Amino acid sequence: MTDTFVPPTRFAVPGRIAVGEQAAAVWQTATLTEIRRETPRAATFRLAVPGWPGHLPGQHLMVRLTAEDGYAAQRHYSIASAPDDSGHIELTLDHVEGGEVSGWFHTVARVGDRVEVRGPVSGFFAWPGDRPALLIGAGSGVVPLMSMVRHHRARNLTVPLRLVVSARSPEELIYAREFGAETTPVFTRAAPEGVPVGRMAAAHVAPLLAERPPGGWEAYVCGSNSFAEHASRLLVTAGQPVDRVRIERFG
Amino acid sequence: MHITRGFTGRPRVDDPGLPPGQYDAGDDWPVLSAEVTPDLAPADWTFRVDGLVDAPRTWDWEEAHRLPPSAYEGAVHCVTSWSKFGVRFSGVSLDAFLDVVRPHGSATHAVAYSHTGYTTNLPLADLTGGRAWIAWEYDGRPLAPEHGGPARLLVPHLYFWKSAKWIAGLRLLDHEEPGFWEQNGYHGRGNPWEEQRYSGD
Repeated sequence: MTDTFVPPTRFAVPGRIAVGEQAAAVWQTATLTEIRRETPRAATFRLAVPGWPGHLPGQHLMVRLTAEDGYAAQRHYSIASAPDDSGHIELTLDHVEGGEVSGWFHTVARVGDRVEVRGPVSGFFAWPGDRPALLIGAGSGVVPLMSMVRHHRARNLTVPLRLVVSARSPEELIYAREFGAETTPVFTRAAPEGVPVGRMAAAHVAPLLAERPPGGWEAYVCGSNSFAEHASRLLVTAGQPVDRVRIERFG
Repeated sequence: MHITRGFTGRPRVDDPGLPPGQYDAGDDWPVLSAEVTPDLAPADWTFRVDGLVDAPRTWDWEEAHRLPPSAYEGAVHCVTSWSKFGVRFSGVSLDAFLDVVRPHGSATHAVAYSHTGYTTNLPLADLTGGRAWIAWEYDGRPLAPEHGGPARLLVPHLYFWKSAKWIAGLRLLDHEEPGFWEQNGYHGRGNPWEEQRYSGD
């Protein structure tokens, strides 16, 4: 029994990259250097992390806040920024109703504050920029996908990349000004003049699968669980292989 | 440890059931699987135990349901930091399956694998002694597909990624073989009380 165990079916797309034990285990102090409002509900928090070991688009980190009595709260957040050499990373957080950690970021945090972070963690949802990527997100599910889009631009990558992103309205579309020809926005409640309003549908996904690049797409889906269920079904129905759909669900 | 300016956190109830770094998710039950939820009917579900055992065996839905029923009522803890209290699962104790296949004395670990291909590794000792189940009902109803239905592994004393959804089998080994998240940097055992979240914790 020394052979490596082979699972019975095809999923288990292996992790794209190995995650360093050191990076995952060590808490580091990060300093908030900038806060940018994105939408009425979402803001971007830029952090200087002197010992940041680097990350790949799609990875996340853990943030820990500690109260004076020693009580600590920690949450996983996707990294919004593309990997670069600036010694900074960015998180874009929704202000969740009653959110213990996101609430602190949105109502208390100011430039100069320090929090603890560890990571990057999880190589599963990572996209190093090596394969055609079909990105599907909703709400703040666009955050790890934007890291991929930014990476694609920063490195002038030529590998195909498409983003379909759903938001309730143009005002709630995070990073709206940054999207280019690679992006198809879908609006579920209110849309600009002449743009239909409605849920993401086969009509958004099927044309992208029809223009299947050599080797096929790696699909990355990120959003609430109900959105992830819906979008992953659309993909599979349109012919995307089930073992090439990676899902990050907000829990 | 660095005190965060102005952070007070939620009002604390001193709950001895809450492991360090966890919060009570209340009525929420977040779904955190990395793969597409499979279309798996009970009639197509099977569960196999093999590897270092005397009598490898595969059970189908009906056969598994003929084993003595067993239930778990208590808490579950996800590594992403939510815990859920008062959950009620029912199914069959894993001991009932292991009694049939008779593990070898040399078996020390297991790889649990799903019908999707998801894997997770566990020490065999965490799967025996009434601490692990194959569960197919939640709160008296069939387990929902997104939560692992028709049947999932349930090992509630470890972080919930060890409780493989859509469980297909267990392979008993004499060594540890990291599974899906373990290969992605997560801890080999995942004891919430010791905060074994990531490899190296």
